[in-house]
Formats: sequence, C-alpha cells, structure tokens
Amino acid sequence: MSEPATDGRLMRVDLRLIADMVEPHTRVLDIGCGEGELLDHLNQTKLVDGRGIELSMAGVRSAVAQGMSVIQGDADTDLKDYPSGAFDYVILSQTLQATRDPKGVLTHMLRIGRRAIVSFPNFGHWRVRWSLLRHGRMPNTENLSYQWYDTPNIHLCTILDFTDLCRSLGITVERAVSLDAEGRVRYDAGGLLANWLGEQAVFLLKRG
Amino acid sequence: MTGSFVKPLDNLPCHRLDLGPDVPLPLDCGVALSPLTIAYQTYGRLNADKSNAILIGHALTGDQFVADTHPVTGKPGWWSALVGPGRVLDTDRFFLICANVLGGCMGTTGPADINPATGKPWGLEFPVITIADMVRAQLRLIDHLGIDQLFCVIGGSMGGMQVLEWAARYPERVFAAVPIAASARHSAQNIAFAEVGRQAIIADPDWCDGAYALEGKSPQRGLAVARMAAHITYLSETALHRKFGRNLQGRTLTYGFDADFQVESYLRHQGSSFVERFDANSYLYVTRAMDYFDLAADYGGVLAHAFRGTRVRFCVISFSSDWLFPTAESRAVVKALNAVAANVSFVEVESDKGHDAFLLDEPDFHATLSGFLAGAADHRGLEKKAP
Repeated sequence: MSEPATDGRLMRVDLRLIADMVEPHTRVLDIGCGEGELLDHLNQTKLVDGRGIELSMAGVRSAVAQGMSVIQGDADTDLKDYPSGAFDYVILSQTLQATRDPKGVLTHMLRIGRRAIVSFPNFGHWRVRWSLLRHGRMPNTENLSYQWYDTPNIHLCTILDFTDLCRSLGITVERAVSLDAEGRVRYDAGGLLANWLGEQAVFLLKRG
Repeated sequence: MTGSFVKPLDNLPCHRLDLGPDVPLPLDCGVALSPLTIAYQTYGRLNADKSNAILIGHALTGDQFVADTHPVTGKPGWWSALVGPGRVLDTDRFFLICANVLGGCMGTTGPADINPATGKPWGLEFPVITIADMVRAQLRLIDHLGIDQLFCVIGGSMGGMQVLEWAARYPERVFAAVPIAASARHSAQNIAFAEVGRQAIIADPDWCDGAYALEGKSPQRGLAVARMAAHITYLSETALHRKFGRNLQGRTLTYGFDADFQVESYLRHQGSSFVERFDANSYLYVTRAMDYFDLAADYGGVLAHAFRGTRVRFCVISFSSDWLFPTAESRAVVKALNAVAANVSFVEVESDKGHDAFLLDEPDFHATLSGFLAGAADHRGLEKKAP
C-alpha cells in the first residue's frame, strides 16, 4: 500500500469518482489511504467522519501531521479488529490486487461498512491482453508498469473476475464504472465491453 | 554523592490547591486521603468558555515544571522545546496545566509530607496509590478550575498511563487524548526493573524502613542506584554506543573500580544529581502505582471495554527503539480502540533514542503531535489565538 500501484494521473481520476459515490456526513474508512489525499478531500467536501489505515509509516506520519485520523496498519491483518457496521463506507482504492487475501479483505470491508467502494486495474483490458499475446511475456503497460518479479500486484483480476467474486460472496453491485486509458469515465463496468476497454474499474458495493 | 533531597515547602514557584478534611480523596486501597495539596503549573490563558485546556501528565521522575527553569535543578523544563507561543503546545492557543502527581515530591501530597494524625512524615504510613488515584486528584484540580471538558490530556510514559485512565474513566471530560510511549499496563519486564530500583533503595541502611527523615538520614546511594538502573531502560543500545562507545574517562584503564568508562561516569552523575530532587519513598510509591496499572483488568480483562462508546479523539504515539514501552504496547491500545471504532491516529516515530525520545528533539514526533492538536482544535472550534 505504500507505493502507488498504478499511474498517478489515473489514480487522481479514480479518487474523484470514489468521492462522488460518498454521501455527505457519513463515516468513512479509507484503507491504504497513503498520505490522506482522498480523506482530506472527503473531509473538506463531504464533511465525513473519516479514518484511514496506511501501511507505510511515512504516509501515516504525513496524514496525521495534516490533522487526519490515520493509523499504521495492514488490510490483510488489521480489519478483523473493527466491529461490524462501524462505517457507512469502507474504501479500498488500487489496493485489492496487492493484498494477500482479496476475498477476506472484501468480506471484512462489507462486514465493517454498510457499503464498500473498490477500485482496481482491469487485467482484462485489451492492451494487457495484446501485450501478452504479442510478446508472450507478463504484460507491462503504462497502467501496470512493474516487472513480474517486483510487482506489489500479486492478485490481479479482470472486471469479470471481480464481478464473479462479488456474486459468490452474495455482494450486490450498486454501481460500477470503468475508466478508459485517458482516465475518462466511459463504460458501465457491468457490460462485456468494459472488460475489454476499461483500464480501471470502480465498484460501489452493498451487503446482500 | 552531593546534596540530598529536601522537601520543597510552600515556596515553590507554582500554584497550589489545598483540599481540606471536608473533601477527602477516596483511594483505590480504601483509604480516604486528607488533607491533600496539589501543586501545579500553568502556561497560556484559559479562554472564556474554558474549552482550550490541555492537561499534561508527567512521567515517573518528571514534575509540573514542564517549561520553566526548574526551581531545584536550575535546568530547563522537560518539555521546554514543545511549549511556547507558536510551538507544538501553543500557549497562544492552549491553556496548559501540569500537576505534580499524587505521591510525588514536588509539592503535591506524598510520603515526605507530614501525616496530620502523627505529626511526623508519612513515610511508609502513606497509603499505596495508583494511577487511578493520581487521576482522581487531577480531576479535583480540573473541577476547581471550573473546566467541564479538557481539550486534551497528553503525557509520555507514566503520563501516558494517566491519559489512558482519563479517557477510559472520564470520557465526557476529555475531547482528545494523546498517550505517548505508554502502555495500558506495566509489563512483567517493567515491574522487574521497578523492583530492582525499589530493592536498591530498601537495601540502603540509610532508608531506615522508610523513616529516614525522622533519623535525619537519606538513602542516597540506594536511590542513585535505582536511578542508574532505570536510566539504562530509558535509552537504547544504539544511543548509548553513539554517546559513549567504550570511551574511557582517563587515558588508560585504572585496574580498579572507579568510573573508567565514560558511560559509568555518566550513570553515576545521573544517579547523584537525581537524589537532590527526588524523594526515595516517593520513588517507591510512584513506581508501585505504575506496576499496579492494568487498565483492562478493571474491564473484565478486555481493554476495548474500557473505551466502549468513546467519543474521545486519540493519537497514540510510540518510538521504534523504545524497549521499555515498546510499540507493541501502543499497538495493543490502538487495537482496542479500533474494536470500538474509536477515532484514533497511531504513529510509530522512527528514532534510535529509546524511551527518552519523547523528551528529545524528534521532528517527526513534534510534527505528528502538532498536526493532531491542530486538527482536533479545529474540530473543537478553538480560536487560533485564545482571546
């Protein structure tokens, strides 16, 4: 969680999309909040009761020094400490694919929060598919620019994979959007086209 | 050894609150303590609605002279670097209060005081006190000052224990809480070190079963050894090595037991200067209070229950090289606070200076604290400058 898992330019867009999904005056937990960019935005514009978890101490120090409520912690191990229903939204942006147990993390998110917002890079994007087909090597695209041996992204998935997981966990997808290479919202991520053309996806999820 | 501890009487340059026999303080041990004097110091100004007060809890051997030249040692206060206009503990914005703890020896009632029942110093007749008792005494002071809710309670080490006690016991009286390099319980290792210190004092023939004041004696050697042992636990191996290495005092080894090494000389100095400002019996009582501290024990063994439903904003801070109150202890507090979905920030500051880092110039620590206080003050609606 310490390093941005994707390109910074796209990151900003998905944060803005996430922020749009959050109702004002709600309780928000941002997992992998970095230096608190999204939290700060939500505090200012939506007057939320915002908290953050961040793996890197540098990120935590910076966020706390800016007045945000952030603790050092790990999505894989620390979510179990939180009580059920403590938050209205639990947010995980560009981090699910870097967790050891994405299914467990997702389950905890929807236990702790009434809703969860998850954004992730889509491994089904045509550039990724083309890169593997053409070069026969692990895809290395602008949006996923790590080598296979040093990538923090150990659990990459496609939009369809993610949708399947939600279904198997009995999670309702309230809203799903995908972003194209320019970071524009282009596709309803429910459709097949999105799995080809969306570089990233943002899902608003609900229990049951 | 140099001069011994002389109990400061009524001439300390600070405030005092005297509570008479009509308002005895009920202690955990069952005794109702009276009379009670609380010696305290303040910095900054209390605002009109009394919402900008920060209570500072001092550590085992600290006292209320947070940012003054100390009246006994002549040295700067232990948090001088943090206190002042525009500083971390901004005296333009906040009203700071620090009281000498119950059982202490810098003006607040303790074992060196006269027991009104006998007309002699309390000595070991003084009731054994707890962290909860210290906080009860502080509460009397806060009530006396007419403060309904403290903006913040903050403290390091034993001061951090007081912070946790305040937040657990009187959550409606606290807006924000900052336990630093602290723990919700004294660990077995901490109790062990405290016991070594106490036994050093008790083994000193001048201790006289605690009645040294009557005998005109002072267990300076025992107290100095207690301080020397404790002082090692406040540092880290890295810090000791950097400061002294194996450097010699003189040019060669003396083949004797004088302080050949600089580290020995340093510790001896720490010991001998400490006895001038601290009472041996106070040392016994205050370390005992720390040993007895186990916040979870009062809540069915579940620390989270101490904070159920809390609305206090917490900022828990630890230091990476602190082995006396290691980060794991702070993390246990954070875990308990998470379990009740409390508003909590937690930072482990990278430092190789050990437990004492909370007293030293640590920019990351200061930035964290400053940011947290500013954020909390905005939420509380405090003016940047107290009118």
